[in-house]
Amino acid sequence: MEIVFEKTKGLTDTPTHYCPGCTHGIIHRLVAEVLEEMDVLEDAVGVASVGCSVLSYEYFNTDMVQAAHGRAPAVATGIKRVLPNNRIVYTYQGDGDLASIGMAEIVHAAARGEKITVIFVNNAIYGMTGGQMAPTSLLGQKTATSPFGRDINVQGAPIRISELLSTLDGAAYIERVSSHDVPNIIKAKKAIRKAFETQKQGLGFSLVEILSTCPTNWGLDPNESLDWVKEAMVPVYPLGVYKDITKEEK
Amino acid sequence: MAKVLMKGNEVIAEAAVQANCKYYFGYPITPQSELVAYMAKRLPEVGGLFLQAESEVAAINMVYGAAAAGVRVMTSSSSPGISLKQEGISYMVGSELPAVVVNVVRGGPGLGTIQPAQSDYFQAVKGGGHGDYQIPVLAPATLQEIVDLMQDAFDIADKYRTPVYLLGDGMLGQMMEPVEFKERPAIELPEKDWAATGTRGDGGPRIVNSLRLDPADLEEHNNHLQAKYKKILENEVRYENYMTDDADYILVAYGTVSRIAKNALQKARSKGIKVGMIRPISLWPFPEKAFHETRDKVKGYLTVEMSAGQMVEDVRLCVEGHAPVHFYGRTGGMVPSQEEILKKIVEMAGGEL
Ligand SMILES: Cc1ncc(C[n+]2csc(CCOP(=O)(O)OP(=O)(O)O)c2C)c(N)n1
Repeated sequence: MEIVFEKTKGLTDTPTHYCPGCTHGIIHRLVAEVLEEMDVLEDAVGVASVGCSVLSYEYFNTDMVQAAHGRAPAVATGIKRVLPNNRIVYTYQGDGDLASIGMAEIVHAAARGEKITVIFVNNAIYGMTGGQMAPTSLLGQKTATSPFGRDINVQGAPIRISELLSTLDGAAYIERVSSHDVPNIIKAKKAIRKAFETQKQGLGFSLVEILSTCPTNWGLDPNESLDWVKEAMVPVYPLGVYKDITKEEK
Repeated sequence: MAKVLMKGNEVIAEAAVQANCKYYFGYPITPQSELVAYMAKRLPEVGGLFLQAESEVAAINMVYGAAAAGVRVMTSSSSPGISLKQEGISYMVGSELPAVVVNVVRGGPGLGTIQPAQSDYFQAVKGGGHGDYQIPVLAPATLQEIVDLMQDAFDIADKYRTPVYLLGDGMLGQMMEPVEFKERPAIELPEKDWAATGTRGDGGPRIVNSLRLDPADLEEHNNHLQAKYKKILENEVRYENYMTDDADYILVAYGTVSRIAKNALQKARSKGIKVGMIRPISLWPFPEKAFHETRDKVKGYLTVEMSAGQMVEDVRLCVEGHAPVHFYGRTGGMVPSQEEILKKIVEMAGGEL
């Protein structure tokens, strides 16, 4: 019989624990497919962060190192700097992990131009700990720790990581994409591919920010969640390429 | 190799290079900044890598990554920086990653002072970070002993898959002494077949991880760690007995303080007081045996530290009430003098100076 569809070899057979309607699973698949298509699954070391994706070390079919909350870019730096150049090192981090507790590590990894790829999943909330406010939560967004809605005068405004990091000279490729519908998912995969290619060519730091859902903690159903990404998140977090040094040098 | 005159912090760095450590991640802090600068110059010469991290937190996590990838790696700092590294050290213990962490201790708490102290003893030997664990701690007293212990520190780290502390103090870091780097045959160490190296055909995927959500699983892991600590207790105790054979009184001191205590001991002997000294070299595992062998023969112990009394608790746990345990300490970066120690010895012996 002809095989018409096969699960990527980039993922193990372990069933994921993600909630229905959460797009972590889709993003895992995109990363895994890209690594498989580039034939680097066996040359790669992934760094799992602390958040809902902490168990990603059981899902990705590459060598994996689990890092402390926010420290994945530092751990990835240690790995990348001591291994032979052809190794592909990536982190997979949530927005609490990367944009709050791990802000120093991500900024300095980008500034040093670490040749790593960061998969940054922005779901505007702390998923794992039960729906607290993240630095990326939207103004007005109600969470367990902003029960009256995020107020600019109390909790400040959301942090736009792609814009912020793209000001650093060490950043080679930075793009923000979304996971709310098929055309955007296809774009997200292209961005992830480009980011890993950037690393492979030794050009510098690469990051793909992917807008993602958290139906459980947003209190929405899966479809409403996808709509919320499109209607509420995208206007605050405009999609697009924020840095591409291959385009700049002319 | 002939003897060379070097500064303590540089000796620590060169000893690590001689122990075949090619990777260093750190952040500057007095009184160990010469160590960082030495590594920055020296490691590229041996084809290694020096990287100044954005913080001690980042530095220890870079060490975590490098150790996870299977290389010999170290970091160093002084007290405030070591406090910041505690989370990372706990993760390394959980993930069973080897590395050497040097603490050139200064006075605390808080920003404290840049002067020498031994007030991080509790932090070093009683765990330090979260979780049930111990870290082997080696405490050299001379620059030559730094050279001799550094290789042991890396070997213990690799043999047992654990971080190891080398504990010095500001005095040791700043003093100059002649040292000799002797060629030492490498010991046989287990292969790092657990390391995440992204190597084709190594039978991967390999996972380095400290998360164990199932409590039964985590208990089993803790039991495994405890079994490892038992082996370390059996095999890695190091101490020096100095003139304890005929001693009526025993001084207990480690690191640079032991050198001052030794001088006080000689003075006391010249006054006819038979004093000996136990110098713990491994602070964990603590040299219990040295106390069990002497506690029914002596009239008392005097523990001398640059702290308000930390190691003295372990001395009391070993002496178990068989003899009185006295304490003399200076804190906050102050160094106990020979005369002060002598006075305490004479007092302990019931005499007057
Ligand atoms: C030092 C430390 N502080 C806090 C926590 C608790 N904690 C676990 S996950 C998490 C938030 C993760 O949120 P995010 O990075 O947005 O990922 P998500 O779960 O939404 O995918 C927090 C605060 C921790 N594990 N370690």
